[in-house]
Amino acid sequence: MVDLRTEIAGVALRNPTMLASGFLDETGGSMARVYQAGAGAVVTKSVGPQPREGYPNPTIVELDAGLLNAVGLPNPGVIEYEHEVKRAQAAGAVVIGSVYGKDADEYAAVAAKMSTYGVQAIELNLSCPHAKGLGTEIAQDEAAVRDFTREVKDVVDIPVFPKLSPNVQDIAKFAVAAEEGGADGIVAINTMKAMAITPELKMPSLANRFGGLSGPAIRPIGVRAVYDICEKVQIPVIGVGGVGSGRDALEYIMAGASAVQVGTAILSRGLGVFNEIAREMASLLEEAGFQSVPEAIGVAHA
Amino acid sequence: MPRIQVVPLLEIVRETPTTTTYRFRGDLGGKPGQFLMVWIPRYDELPMALSHLGAVKGITVRDYGDATHALAAFTAGDRIGVRGPYGNAFQLEGPSVLAVGGGSGMASMIAAIEAFAQQGARVVTAVGARTAAELLFVERANAAGEMHIATDDGSRGSAGFVPTLAEKLLARESFAQVITCGPERMMAAVVDLARQKGLPVQASLERYMKCGIGICDACALDDKLVCWDGPIFTGDQLAKSEEFGRYRRDKSGRRVPV
Repeated sequence: MVDLRTEIAGVALRNPTMLASGFLDETGGSMARVYQAGAGAVVTKSVGPQPREGYPNPTIVELDAGLLNAVGLPNPGVIEYEHEVKRAQAAGAVVIGSVYGKDADEYAAVAAKMSTYGVQAIELNLSCPHAKGLGTEIAQDEAAVRDFTREVKDVVDIPVFPKLSPNVQDIAKFAVAAEEGGADGIVAINTMKAMAITPELKMPSLANRFGGLSGPAIRPIGVRAVYDICEKVQIPVIGVGGVGSGRDALEYIMAGASAVQVGTAILSRGLGVFNEIAREMASLLEEAGFQSVPEAIGVAHA
Repeated sequence: MPRIQVVPLLEIVRETPTTTTYRFRGDLGGKPGQFLMVWIPRYDELPMALSHLGAVKGITVRDYGDATHALAAFTAGDRIGVRGPYGNAFQLEGPSVLAVGGGSGMASMIAAIEAFAQQGARVVTAVGARTAAELLFVERANAAGEMHIATDDGSRGSAGFVPTLAEKLLARESFAQVITCGPERMMAAVVDLARQKGLPVQASLERYMKCGIGICDACALDDKLVCWDGPIFTGDQLAKSEEFGRYRRDKSGRRVPV
């Protein structure tokens, strides 16, 4: 039997699937449920210093190609969020805390607070494509990626994983900047900036007009991003973007990812998707002659 | 293709001074108790129960905020977006049903009241509202079986809270099940009554929603999602809930009193 356990910067996972930030992770009860359904870890909703309501509806549009969203980072704020993290942890969940802020100081302050809740790592949401006035588009600026990462690293003692944007010319440069800032791992990719229009109403389908595209359409973009990043950095990478099967996950692993995150596929396969991906990965790895996940990481670079 | 349909409103019916029914044709199914996400262009997208099944669907909406107020000014031919139906449905569990509705909660239950009657069940409905003019769907409930009324101000039927009326009806006659929809504290009282009698009970809950399809977590109730696991929950589920009758989530996800 293939050993599905993997590890990222010291964070041990029972299998390489994680819940991607933004899905079923505003409340502790839902994170507990996702963990119990089989996820190796859960990443929280991106949490900021203050409560935030997000955008008015419509905030999501289901498309053949995937899911378009501009939910607008709703969250109860880092102070109230302690209760949600604790509740997920009480169910045994491995929790990674996703944070955002308006500047490096706010990122650091929220991350420092989050780290006191016992999360296993911090994910820096540097790359939400649809939140104005927040630091979430800093993944467009290499120096900012390095500096924000460094400021957060200075105030926490747990691993820090910046999440990068695909909406750039050369994502690997940003991964190098994150590594220079002391990142312990990279999460790639966030959603692609995108728009849908409802012709019958002659208007954009989202209240925010544009949003971020996730799901199958962006998987080849994510795989390419992870492959490029792994050519340039030594730190581990978590692959995200359109993972809906064990085969999809193996694409990312062979591109160099140590684990994958899953979100949109919950829509098509339900919460059982985490266990199903793990089982499919095990059988594909076995067929390919691998005994464990780490043996398969990055083999496509050979 | 996007899973949203833009449909013209065919007919608009003022049911009460604050509540309006909007009828439209949509290429969608729908079972009693299920809801649609309804896009009121330029304003909002909100979950709304199907109050009319069949070829010409209907939603019945109380004017309570900016978007529903804007919708109240729509006329026939104006267009809305609909997607769904989403969520679970009321289940008939025996030969007789007591339906307890408060205010606009009747909109979520009326299709079940009619469907259960059509399936041969005896359906007794207790309809409550603040005042006589706000009673919703009393004619439809009456046509489906037996109908009783309670109003807060006593302007029609018995004066007082509809759970008190439900308690009288439960003492007078044995029912196989209870269904309820209305303000949450009212439903909590009805769920308690039914459970004291050992009766199966289903309640249709309302929470702020964004996605409607089980991913955004805005409508969390304990470890359940109102859009995906509900909107209809059983008395057994609700008895275990820390939040039912006590807390909801605001738009930021903070737990606040109902």
